[in-house]
Amino acid sequence: MGGDDRGAPLGAGRDVVTEDAVWAALDEIPDPEIPVISLVDLGVVRDVAVDGARVRIEFTPTFLGCPALEVMRRAMEEKVVALGGEPDVAVIQDDSWSTDRISPAGREKLRDAGLAPPTPRAAGATTLLQLQSRAFRCPYCGSTETRLENIFGPTPCRSIRWCESCRQPFEQFKTI
Amino acid sequence: MNERARRLLRIADDELIVGWRDSEWTGIAPTLEEDVAFSSIAQNEIGHARALYELAATELGTDADALAFDREPAEYLCAPLVELHLMDWAHTIARRFLYEEADRVRLDALKDGDDVELAGLAAKIDREETYHRLHAEMWAGRLRDEPRYRTAVEELWPYALGVLEPEQRPELARRTGLPLDSTQVVPRGQHTPELAELWAEMTEVRRSAPGATW
Repeated sequence: MGGDDRGAPLGAGRDVVTEDAVWAALDEIPDPEIPVISLVDLGVVRDVAVDGARVRIEFTPTFLGCPALEVMRRAMEEKVVALGGEPDVAVIQDDSWSTDRISPAGREKLRDAGLAPPTPRAAGATTLLQLQSRAFRCPYCGSTETRLENIFGPTPCRSIRWCESCRQPFEQFKTI
Repeated sequence: MNERARRLLRIADDELIVGWRDSEWTGIAPTLEEDVAFSSIAQNEIGHARALYELAATELGTDADALAFDREPAEYLCAPLVELHLMDWAHTIARRFLYEEADRVRLDALKDGDDVELAGLAAKIDREETYHRLHAEMWAGRLRDEPRYRTAVEELWPYALGVLEPEQRPELARRTGLPLDSTQVVPRGQHTPELAELWAEMTEVRRSAPGATW
């Protein structure tokens, strides 16, 4: 799952853990509400920096009202402690997380779990016309004969759609 | 209290109280889908409040929960629009529509503002509010020709203008097509009796066990 630009050169050998090891550990943490996907696949870990024993993790919430925020923070802290580091998890409240940051592997895992992955973030804001269009694919049968049932769903990040072809509802990850 | 903290609290209090009002539809909305929608909207608005309170808390040396729940009703800086106890669907939708339009004017200004931290947060909030606006737009479209809805919009319009600073009001009037000059604005700075009732319920559990760790 690791990217190609995450490993920083090791310092003077005093770092207790490598950044790659932290990334690998964070990749074992499932999203509390969508456990098929890890926090790394979800793209919410923005940066990892190791300095001696201190492990700083920059983390961006998906939605600000996400109740899983504290659970995720604690899970990351526990992983760092298990690696022998001192965690410093910073929650970054800006626009740097987007559903475009979900990894290709993460998108496949969402689809396999019956959750349609988000469409790419467009230049302008999403419109009602777009949501009501047939550009959304059913994760079960692949049909695009789907309609919007509810802009909102069981968690802030999901909408509910209905597939006309296989005649069942499905959850659509909102584009944000 | 410095001006930045006041500015943050004005928006945070609006978001907390409107979210709390939206949550009153949980379990009793006219359809299941609206039950889901209002619950989700409420959760988002309260999430925005939390993020804004956290910024304000840094300025004021306290924490977000203390700001949300440990002040007296008179100390809240929210606008009267969000305080109103509206359990009529036409009024509820009218407030959702008008509040989101006013909030958008405010967020647009914050995104372009000099306060980089607040601009970043405003951009994130705006992404989420897009879905609230679509929900309001969908309902406003459905109810547009209903007399009850039109009356509700007329009644709440003076309150909606009061969400914004005077210099931002013409933009809200332009976007909604509603009149500005002939309207007696219900501004921020005075509270309705409904706020004290809401506050009593909202803070009841926290006040029952001061200092408890949950």
